[in-house]
Amino acid sequence: MFGNLSRQDWVMFLGFSAVVLLAPILFQPIGAAYPAILEKFCIFGLFAIGFNILFGLTGYLSFGHAAFLGIGSYAAVWSFKLFTMNVIPAIALSIIFAGIFALIIGFISLRRSGIYFSILTLAFAQMSYNMAYSVLTPLTNGETGLQLTLKDPRIVDAMFITPGTGLPRTTLFGLEISGGGLGGFYFTAAALIIGFYISMRIFRSPFGLMLKAIKSNQNRMRYTGFNTRPYLMAAFVISGIYAGLAGSLMAAVDPLAGPERMQWTASGEVVLMTILGGVGTLIGPVIGAAIIKYFENIFSGFNETALNSVFNFLPDTLREPIVKLLSLFVGEGWSLTLGLVFMAIVIFLPGGIMEGVRLIASLFKKGGNGNKPAVSGHAQPAE
Amino acid sequence: MDAIILQILNGLDKGGAYALIALGLTLVFGTLGVVNFAHGALFMLGAFCAVTFNKLLTLEKVTLDPTQLTPWGTAAEIKTSLVEAWLGEYGKVLVNYSVPVSIIVAIPVMLIIGIVMERGLIRHFYKRPHADQILVTFGLAIVLQEIIKHFYGANPIPQAAPAAFAGTAQVGMLLGMGDAIPYPWWRLIYLFFSLGIIGIVFAFLQFTTYGMVVRAGMRDRETVGLLGIDIERRFTVVFGIAAVVAGLAGVMYTPILPPDYHMGMDFLVLSFVVVVVGGMGSLGGAVAAGFLLGILQSFASMNEIKSIIPGIDQIIIYLVAVVILLTMPRGLMGRKGVMED
Repeated sequence: MFGNLSRQDWVMFLGFSAVVLLAPILFQPIGAAYPAILEKFCIFGLFAIGFNILFGLTGYLSFGHAAFLGIGSYAAVWSFKLFTMNVIPAIALSIIFAGIFALIIGFISLRRSGIYFSILTLAFAQMSYNMAYSVLTPLTNGETGLQLTLKDPRIVDAMFITPGTGLPRTTLFGLEISGGGLGGFYFTAAALIIGFYISMRIFRSPFGLMLKAIKSNQNRMRYTGFNTRPYLMAAFVISGIYAGLAGSLMAAVDPLAGPERMQWTASGEVVLMTILGGVGTLIGPVIGAAIIKYFENIFSGFNETALNSVFNFLPDTLREPIVKLLSLFVGEGWSLTLGLVFMAIVIFLPGGIMEGVRLIASLFKKGGNGNKPAVSGHAQPAE
Repeated sequence: MDAIILQILNGLDKGGAYALIALGLTLVFGTLGVVNFAHGALFMLGAFCAVTFNKLLTLEKVTLDPTQLTPWGTAAEIKTSLVEAWLGEYGKVLVNYSVPVSIIVAIPVMLIIGIVMERGLIRHFYKRPHADQILVTFGLAIVLQEIIKHFYGANPIPQAAPAAFAGTAQVGMLLGMGDAIPYPWWRLIYLFFSLGIIGIVFAFLQFTTYGMVVRAGMRDRETVGLLGIDIERRFTVVFGIAAVVAGLAGVMYTPILPPDYHMGMDFLVLSFVVVVVGGMGSLGGAVAAGFLLGILQSFASMNEIKSIIPGIDQIIIYLVAVVILLTMPRGLMGRKGVMED
């Protein structure tokens, strides 16, 4: 059963799991050890892993993945509202809904490739977003977003527990998930590790190889009498399910859902994460997601007063212009930094951080004994 | 009948904006083969050219007048616009007409921005796959809009149309229909303006030698290069022209929609849909699809239609795009062999 994972893969997987599980201790020095941000790392890591299964393996650039994230969130919140505060049914429901939507959207979008595919997915995502904002207000609660209320039926819960006062919290059979405790983090971390394992299996499986072959030359695959469609469909649905799962986890740690989660800038964000980390690599997307979320947190917290205190040692004449200049990039201007970093990555390092790591590693290797061939999963720009 | 004409008119001015942006996108794609996600940002930059120009014109000098007192007992502040102080009546006219006059400012500014963008960034992405082009220009669009947000804030900045065109035109009278079809003057002007720009671009490509070379380059860049023509330089100019077209579309749109930093992104998504519906690389297709989708959108937002299919006004454009893409692989008027799969 574990045949197609090499020893190296297992080492990587165990190392990854260890880092994730020990994150509350390991990330202490960089000030990112509190559950709220760790949960974000896990959730967006999962989202990016899923996106990478589509973009990294097949080269199909979807600009509408946030739609599945939003659908997952809405489905989960509805499950909390209607049935129970337990997260398992919510996740199941999200996966089912995201899967169905991915099936429909994928069936239509995958008829085209290249930029047309990007535009089609973008069109579907914008449709979902616009509808969540307007017509579907009874389902989505429009701009306010879907929230828990005291009047929710919660049929299953009502049968077993007498409701307390105030809004209930999401639980995993009694373990509190929402509310900012470590329980929420370990739950999302478990999901991330499982998601990572599945993605690793996909990367190393014959199915994953097929997807890579489609990326490198789809026509040649077709000439050999090979129907690429079902494989693309499967990849699309799997990555849609990952997005739905990420959406439901988002709702689990903080039970509300709003349409802005589906906007195309949100789809752009996951593209950024994947590219930043390294397209087509296993760990890259998770690293990209964590870096973006970490710096978003740090940078957007900075403001001019904070900058002034950092540059306190400089004389006033020098400090003022520096603070003025840097304030462009922090706080509200965080997106500017993100845009610049992103451009720099695409221009100079299309393989993302993982390629950078590999380049540096190969520099050291050359000094040692010969050059080992590059690890597979090397990021190639998509067709 | 007049309701229908009104809806068509309503769609045409928005369609004009779509058509102008899509025209630039298609020009860039047809010549350079680059998918430019930063094109919407150029539209936005154009709009902010108008905002900046207006701000400059309305710079005020504040003087204290001790002879007049405010209710608080301090000297009253007299604000005089610098332009009015210098130019008198003429200055007032200039402020009033700041939006159309800023076209003169916007043309060189946008041309320079376009050429710098092409030389500095896009040039290095000719040979890279479309996905990379999309990604890098997407990053550029974020950067541009964040810079604008930093300097102008996040709120829309309303711009006034010249007072003479602020009212509504009785289009029904003009058409001799008798029935009054009220329609804002400025939108009517925008429609004719966009038609004019489209005409100029087409005339430039069709009737000048320069345009002929560009068209030849779109068809077969290598052969044109072999004939000893520096086609790259011409394409750079074309990129500049595309930037100017998008910028002017933005300048003139400011009285219709108060510009804010993300207007470019909003229009970009729609314009891309327009380009794809029209057919990648087809200039005529882009213009036709722009107006068509604008009109469709305005029809879909009629109450009669919304009551039959709720929410159709929100999704009509995307829906049309999906249908067109699935049934006509080349879009409405796409050339054979250009980006068909």
